[in-house]
Amino acid sequence: MYQYIVKRVLLMVPTLLGAAVFVFFLLRFIPGDICELRMVGEGGYVDESALATCRAGIGIDKSIFLQFVDFMWGFVIFDLGTSMWTGQPIGYEIGLRFELSLQVAIMATVASVLIAIPLGTLSAVKQDTWIDYVVRGFSIAGIAMPSFWLGILIILFLLIGTQAFLGEAWMPPIVYVPIWEDPGYNLSMLIWPALATGYRYSAVATRMTRSALLEVLREDYVRTARAKGLLEKIIINRHALKNSLLPVVTVVGIEFAFLMGGLVVTEQVFNLNGLGKLFVESVLNTDYTLTQALVMVVVAVFVLVNFLVDLLYAWLDPRIRYS
Amino acid sequence: MAKLLELEDLRTQFFTTAGTVKAVDGVSYDIEAGETVGIVGESGCGKSVSALSILRLVPDPPGKIVGGKILFMGRNLLELSDVEIRKVRGHEIAMVFQEPMTSLNPVLTIGRQITETLEQHMGIDRQEADARAVELLGMVGISDAERRLKQYPHHFSGGMRQRVMIAMALSCEPKLIIADEPTTALDVTIQAQILELMKDLTRRLGVALIIITHNLGVVARYADKVNVMYAGKIVEKGSARQIYHNPSHPYTIGLLASVPRLDHKRGTKLVPIEGQPPDLTLLDQGCAFRPRCRFAEDICTREIPPLEEVGGGQYSACWQKDKLSQPAPAAS
Repeated sequence: MYQYIVKRVLLMVPTLLGAAVFVFFLLRFIPGDICELRMVGEGGYVDESALATCRAGIGIDKSIFLQFVDFMWGFVIFDLGTSMWTGQPIGYEIGLRFELSLQVAIMATVASVLIAIPLGTLSAVKQDTWIDYVVRGFSIAGIAMPSFWLGILIILFLLIGTQAFLGEAWMPPIVYVPIWEDPGYNLSMLIWPALATGYRYSAVATRMTRSALLEVLREDYVRTARAKGLLEKIIINRHALKNSLLPVVTVVGIEFAFLMGGLVVTEQVFNLNGLGKLFVESVLNTDYTLTQALVMVVVAVFVLVNFLVDLLYAWLDPRIRYS
Repeated sequence: MAKLLELEDLRTQFFTTAGTVKAVDGVSYDIEAGETVGIVGESGCGKSVSALSILRLVPDPPGKIVGGKILFMGRNLLELSDVEIRKVRGHEIAMVFQEPMTSLNPVLTIGRQITETLEQHMGIDRQEADARAVELLGMVGISDAERRLKQYPHHFSGGMRQRVMIAMALSCEPKLIIADEPTTALDVTIQAQILELMKDLTRRLGVALIIITHNLGVVARYADKVNVMYAGKIVEKGSARQIYHNPSHPYTIGLLASVPRLDHKRGTKLVPIEGQPPDLTLLDQGCAFRPRCRFAEDICTREIPPLEEVGGGQYSACWQKDKLSQPAPAAS
């Protein structure tokens, strides 16, 4: 097992390297650069020499090869450099948002699992009854509804609801405070985007739970469990559910990784300063260093989550053993 | 002896888009305490469904028990509530299934799968159940039981898994075990071991046994009584000796002729039964075996033959039974 873990960790290196090469050259294909953008953005005539100074200042006057070496060297010495746009260290820029995005992603994932597994199970056990139809309708609605729109609805309902019942409109706070400083305040801010995205992501997982469970319920060992006279809830929880969780875990893992950088519009709606927003800004600014670093963060999260999902497989199904 | 289990006119049907399948169509038989009864027939003749019906394990939908009675120690199992039938399952009547590869849960240890039944029915705690599980594995001939209990089904071979299934079935000291093709999926050498084990344990513990099989050899060797099923009905029943030496239904005769026998001369050709079993959605008013029967006459197309005694407690559902049956051999 240890060997396996070491092997998997070592295998992450080429994956990350591949992603780094890919994003580095892809970014250079975008016409224009950050200096043009900054100066032309201010309007008027731009002096070629001013542009050259600017480029020299942030190092994009060097040959692509040298820039690439710099980028790679940054990994070796664990220094991601500074943002070309803000001039701040990238570690600082990402650090500011990482915490928030991670927390929202975790909360949304937890919410989606808490919705998906009970609902999916219920829907499978009550297959083709009105309960099943309601659950399926609920999850289809989740897929159909964009989570930012649901987010807007949530904010409106909070405003109108509190106005009506408390006599004073209340809105979730908009200034981020880490959870360990003020958990109540932090949660009252982040629970809403987590619910809005969690509901959407629960939809796929609900359907997955339902269909996997329906399949497992037809297995011979479930019939054996029935023939043993076990309670139905033991048959479902102990015998069927564990066997049907593999595909659900896969979907949830991929969703979690996506949530880390993909919550662009939802962050906008709830006015959250997260990685998604930073991502969009950095691409629009053709901020090479920041975009590269963000891509690498997301890639690392994906690789790590996949690894954890694989470990989870082995825990769920004793037939899966890595060596 | 008192009857342990009596099936009276059991009817189980499957309601499919292709029509109603009369999988079990008026089956009656009984079994006494400690007795071994064989149910023989081709695939799809309803023998497994009749067994699953006893514990009401036929998947519903599409299956439904539409008529009849299943009296177990005087109680009609079909009238029990869900809670009551659950107390019968695994406790008073246990099952051993065909596929030992898929009938055990791959993600639970063998020990857990044995002890959960004990905890459910016997009201004992985990430690007592563990001790009992060790004892049970010993009974079915699995050595090093304490270590084996912590293992998962995929650590066991097919024969060993079937031993585990038998241990599970015996765990709550049932009065009846229903074995649905218990050896079909196993190697021939293992088959004999498993059957000997079942026969030995059921005899020793006084458990009645229903063996469902398509293998007449198994039945002849291990069963006291035999029911031969065809197209959802019992077409012949009697003692194993009667069925084997004096078959009185063309189907049984055909089955026997298609089985290799050591007491026949070498080079004797096996005679298969021509044709296929009928589509159970398309049965008419005549005898279901008629299209494949060498002895069929006019009456066979018009009326279903009733199951009637041919003598000595042997029954046959055939219009020609008197022509087929030889006088019962003198008791020996």
